[in-house]
Amino acid sequence: MVGIVAYGAYVPRLRLSRQAVYDANKWFAAGLRGLAKGERSMANWDEDSITMAVEASRDCLTSHKAEDVRNLYFASTTHPFKDRQNAGVIGTALNIEQNLLASDVGGSQKAGTSALIAGLNASKNGGGPALVAAADKRLTRVASANELNYGDGAAALLCGTENVIAKLVGHHSVSMDFVDHFRGDESDFDYNWEERWIRDEGYSKIVPPAIKAALAACKLKGADISHFIMPSLMPAVPKQMAKMCGVGEGAVRDLLGANLGDTGCAHALVMLVDALETAKEGDKIMVVAFGQGVDVLVLEVTAENARLPKRKGLSGWMKRRKEETNYMKFLAFNEMLPIDKGMRAEFDKKTALSILWRKRDMIYGLVGGKCRVCGTVQFPRTPVCVNPNCHAIDSQDPYNMAGLEANVMSFTADSLTYSPDPPAYYGMITFPEGGRFMADFTDSDKEQVKVGAKMRMTFRIRDNDQIRGGFKRYFWKAAPV
Amino acid sequence: MARGIKDKVAILGMGCSKFGERWDSGAEELMLEAYKECIADAGIDAKQINAAWFSTAIDEVHVGKSGIPLSTTLRLPNIPVTHVENMCASGTEAFRGACYAVASGAADFALALGVEKLKDTGYGGLPGGRGAPLQQLWNANGTAPGNFAQLATAYMTAHGVSADDLKKAIGHVSWKSHQNGAKNPKAHLQKAVDMETILKAPMIASPLGLFDCCGVSDGAAAAIVTTPEIAKSLGKSNIVSVKALQLSVSNGSESGHNSWDGSYFHTTRIASKKAYEEAGIKNPRNEVSMFEVHDCFSVTELVTMEDLHISETGKGWKDVLDGFYDADGKIPCQIDGGLKCFGHPIGASGLRMLYEMYLQFQGRAGARQLKDPRIGMTHNLGGAPRENVSSVAIVGRFE
Repeated sequence: MVGIVAYGAYVPRLRLSRQAVYDANKWFAAGLRGLAKGERSMANWDEDSITMAVEASRDCLTSHKAEDVRNLYFASTTHPFKDRQNAGVIGTALNIEQNLLASDVGGSQKAGTSALIAGLNASKNGGGPALVAAADKRLTRVASANELNYGDGAAALLCGTENVIAKLVGHHSVSMDFVDHFRGDESDFDYNWEERWIRDEGYSKIVPPAIKAALAACKLKGADISHFIMPSLMPAVPKQMAKMCGVGEGAVRDLLGANLGDTGCAHALVMLVDALETAKEGDKIMVVAFGQGVDVLVLEVTAENARLPKRKGLSGWMKRRKEETNYMKFLAFNEMLPIDKGMRAEFDKKTALSILWRKRDMIYGLVGGKCRVCGTVQFPRTPVCVNPNCHAIDSQDPYNMAGLEANVMSFTADSLTYSPDPPAYYGMITFPEGGRFMADFTDSDKEQVKVGAKMRMTFRIRDNDQIRGGFKRYFWKAAPV
Repeated sequence: MARGIKDKVAILGMGCSKFGERWDSGAEELMLEAYKECIADAGIDAKQINAAWFSTAIDEVHVGKSGIPLSTTLRLPNIPVTHVENMCASGTEAFRGACYAVASGAADFALALGVEKLKDTGYGGLPGGRGAPLQQLWNANGTAPGNFAQLATAYMTAHGVSADDLKKAIGHVSWKSHQNGAKNPKAHLQKAVDMETILKAPMIASPLGLFDCCGVSDGAAAAIVTTPEIAKSLGKSNIVSVKALQLSVSNGSESGHNSWDGSYFHTTRIASKKAYEEAGIKNPRNEVSMFEVHDCFSVTELVTMEDLHISETGKGWKDVLDGFYDADGKIPCQIDGGLKCFGHPIGASGLRMLYEMYLQFQGRAGARQLKDPRIGMTHNLGGAPRENVSSVAIVGRFE
């Protein structure tokens, strides 16, 4: 039996008030008034699809070992790199390299479901556990409907054959070049065609036959489906598709539009995680993703789902929330405001790729060392043990610190250094297991950062080398638990 | 403990440029300004200098590397010139090189000159950047104020000092330096400031406000050293000699091992202890007449006075508030205004401190002259509390 064995999600902490967006733009786009309610998730300046996918993957792997993963698929339409494997960055951050086939999947709003189908099939065919991560952080034009409708987020699903929580019943796909929207090579933004045409000629004619084919292949009827998952920017469409296929109206899952927004090609998987968090044994889940064709998956929840060890999941990350009413900050974080950053922002951020390669476990994996002689845990791992009473040479084994909680020993809020979100919080963090370093803090407020505060490590962007086309420097930061 | 260099080296002459935002001068002009005073004071000919040590810390924004900038600026007679860099201790390091050359007999006359021309960057604060290429990939996006602000956080935590008490104590440190700097015609900042202004200043890196941070200055300072015997043979009286030179460098334990609580300077405790031993000082609180310490930030000075074994650990803030280190206190600290007001052209700072000692011992310190000082200690700290170089020099009357 192949299926999903674990799930995880990630949602950025900031939630942008749609009213605030509307208030800033209504002079130009009064027609957006109907969308000016609730909030959308908003990535911090140091988050992108890679960092969000790393967080969702860590959440998913709460119950499983990263080193057992044999296939890693990363679905996104906003991969930070065009040529440099994005999935490989995630793999390195999770400290998996060996026996790993990593692939980027993109180019369509159904990239997430296509990656999931590939992951399930890889596992089914004896390929071992497959991790499917999906994340999107799409830029939107100022005063567009997309700006209000989209959100940033990620989901991760581990596919396997042991202790399956939701077994794959069947899947069906069609691929056809129906261009409801596109984002060309020369643009940062989506270009959308008329909604009524998309609904009448796209969804209505492409989706129902695919769903019916999937149901037939699974020997199921529409009424058998307990959870119908279908992202769409038009909230009425999923209900309409369900009705056309005999799926009960009560089965249609909430689109999470009220306080998350549409997370792009990750959204079908984000909604799937949302469903799995409360689904009962025997529930049948249909996942439909539309984008130049359609993917349909049918899963059946098993008794294992109730036994899956607790994780944050979508609900946990949704609970961690800070309202953002500063629309200017949203624009600045997305590099859509030519803000005067000052000369301190001009320092060259060229990365020595040869150093990054030598130190990739340290920089991307937050792997320190543990001395075999005195047992001291330390970061970074160096040739001579840091313990003043030891100083043994070449004595350290790699020691993974990414999953450890740390305490704030000292900190400051620095208004002098350049930060996209001043003041810059940073401080000395110490790990109870041993080891410490001066770390940048993120997702931090004055009220949370205190001496003794507990912090968790999170994989983030520290710099963006814009001189060289946007080479993102990733490292780990400390965030309040 | 090695035999040390107590009284083996004498200061023959010193010079110091006006410190400040020297828009009129490049590093070359500043070097010459300090050197002219120094060589005239020493009373020897430039051709007699056997070797020179040249200190800078951020030379990438002014003179560049090597000993060549000093040699070409002064047109030195092709003697050895060694460029030294050890962060904020660079000036004292140049002095140490020159003193060791004289003490060893390798040189009869050695020059130490430090310079920093920082105000050609186009922005305030120290020139930035995040260090070596690996460091850039993981070191926190910090600044000097942010690093030293954490000394304040950790000090309060370690000793249960309230934020209000600490803010007042470090405010007093800066108030005192402004009082003293107002009497120093070479100081960058020569204006007294009231406590209210200090306490209400904008925050730079919490809890350090504007007046808790020293400024960025251009300047140069120089010393010519020889042996006490040669100094006497040249007819010098009131000879000032070197009693001790010590340097302690972090080995990563503070930044990487959980045994350090962030509230003190591990290196300064070591360097000062060794220096007192080298100088034969048993009770520094009674024997030292004056201090010039590294007040890059007000809290640095406060904590340093504990680590120099003058104030009791955790009680330094009380000594500060009691006026112990004021101009009219038991041991005046920063009588020349310190880094805070005299200025901090990094490569010159250690030599600037020695310059003040030298003037004070010779009774040439003008309006800020102390009564009969005999022994003085200078201290420089380069880097951050968690990883630094700490240099200490003791000089005094040759008796």
